Amino acid sequence: MAKENLSAEEVKAMLLHVADRIIEAEPELTDADRNLGDGDHGLGMQRGMNAVKEKLEGADFESVDKAFGAAGMAMISSMGGASGAIFGTVFRSGGKALAGKENFGAEELAQLLQAAVEGVMERGGAKPGDKTMIDALHPAAEKGKEVAGGPLVEALDAVAAAAEAGKEASKAMVATMGRAKTLGERSVGHPDAGAVSISIILRAMHEYVAS
Amino acid sequence: MSEIKKLVNDKLKVADELLDGLVEAYDGECKRVGTRSIVRSDIPDGKVALLVGGGSGHEPIYHGLVGRNLADGAACGDIFAAPSPDIVFEATQAVNRGNGVLYLYGNYAGDVMNFDMGAELAEEEGIDVRTVLIWDDACSAAPDNKKDRRGVAGLVPIVKLAGAASQGAKTLDELVATAKKAVLQTRSVGVSMSPGSIPATGNPTFEIEEDKIGLGMGIHGEPGVKEIPMTTADELTPMMLDLVFEDFEKDEEVEALKKGDEIIFFVNSLGSTTMMECLICLRKAKEILDAKGIVVYDTIVGPLVTCQEMAGISFSITRLDGELKKLWDMPCESVCYSKMEG
Repeated sequence: MAKENLSAEEVKAMLLHVADRIIEAEPELTDADRNLGDGDHGLGMQRGMNAVKEKLEGADFESVDKAFGAAGMAMISSMGGASGAIFGTVFRSGGKALAGKENFGAEELAQLLQAAVEGVMERGGAKPGDKTMIDALHPAAEKGKEVAGGPLVEALDAVAAAAEAGKEASKAMVATMGRAKTLGERSVGHPDAGAVSISIILRAMHEYVAS
Repeated sequence: MSEIKKLVNDKLKVADELLDGLVEAYDGECKRVGTRSIVRSDIPDGKVALLVGGGSGHEPIYHGLVGRNLADGAACGDIFAAPSPDIVFEATQAVNRGNGVLYLYGNYAGDVMNFDMGAELAEEEGIDVRTVLIWDDACSAAPDNKKDRRGVAGLVPIVKLAGAASQGAKTLDELVATAKKAVLQTRSVGVSMSPGSIPATGNPTFEIEEDKIGLGMGIHGEPGVKEIPMTTADELTPMMLDLVFEDFEKDEEVEALKKGDEIIFFVNSLGSTTMMECLICLRKAKEILDAKGIVVYDTIVGPLVTCQEMAGISFSITRLDGELKKLWDMPCESVCYSKMEG
């Protein structure tokens, strides 16, 4: 039966599942980034998620925001690069919006995603349509608001699908940020590697809750 | 393509192990601090500090530019990735002597985000931090769009000038002004002929047809903005120089390069392009600069800003005025670049 209103302990377990999925997806992420960037996204995410595992395993969190925050700080500190700053900010800013909460449901998911989008846009300066991870995260956050009243497992399925559609849509976009921007029109046809990562993260969260 | 033979150990520890070796190469002049930074051992009290940094894998920059009359420290990222905010902060604390710290580094999204977060941590500790971005790559964006330009080989003369300026600077503002001037007067144009590889995966950083040259490549192996057929040194050199001249002309913030201007001319190899090839291009470039009456005050040549075994070359021009010329004359010493007295 699907899980509902996750405790801080379950959020930790969910983040550990996310970490395993991203680590497994390293070749896919490396390949996606090689088309547009310098191919280091997969290794960076792998390193960041290994640090997440190290920090979370064996730790106890009194509220859900602390688990997300710890994951974000582990990524920022261990990864460096644009990915570390941006993906760390997803969890750190997202977590901050849930300060003191003891449970994580569809309403909290919506708050997390909205704060994550705002945090990343402020840090990196990207907006929707720039062919970045925002193109997966922003539609997921919009969808999150729509499904905030329902069960968590359905909400996560919907936001993961929105992120996946956003990732697909990023193929048609022209890169205007980061290293890929020098490619201009030649960036068309490939999805943004960060958008691929966001899709995998949300799908992994759904898998955990559905299991 | 067969896998490139590389002498490494644990592929995920490449950046850490190379830094250990770099510290050894400095014979006590520099030490390793924090997670992955290198700083000078004897920074005087009250000195306005100069911190550089960026991703590893481009040796001898950036960390090789730490040295006498050069940078006081470098925050070193993993291979081709910006240093984390923690690393930037640790390096900032290690070079700070109470009179402020200038961050001088190439304009890449990842570096800007991480250095900015590092600066936020430093400011919380009461350390005065200012940032000057290096954006010398003329091929990476239009001259009126400098925020989108990348920093490439021009960082070597820029850090040399800022390092000299930091020795006598009374205030952080003074150093910021000189560093900005050095950046404004520096332009680079590069080409790529074949990719480097990512040490951890062995994969090439990009793909290019064997008979093509990528004009405007980035030092991280970003594909060029345009591909041209493979050609000779004497055909390519004027094409590259023309792009540099054109950029000085089009840029409303600087004057066009003209007869009598004194410049630093830097021919950089991206890695596997040999000194022989650099010198052949230098010979042709000097002929063109002479014909225009542009005076080469000093020349740098060699593989200083590299991307593993990437084949390619870049030209950087820094125009000097009286102040910059005096700073250029100051001797300096580091693993990356040294200049003798006189």
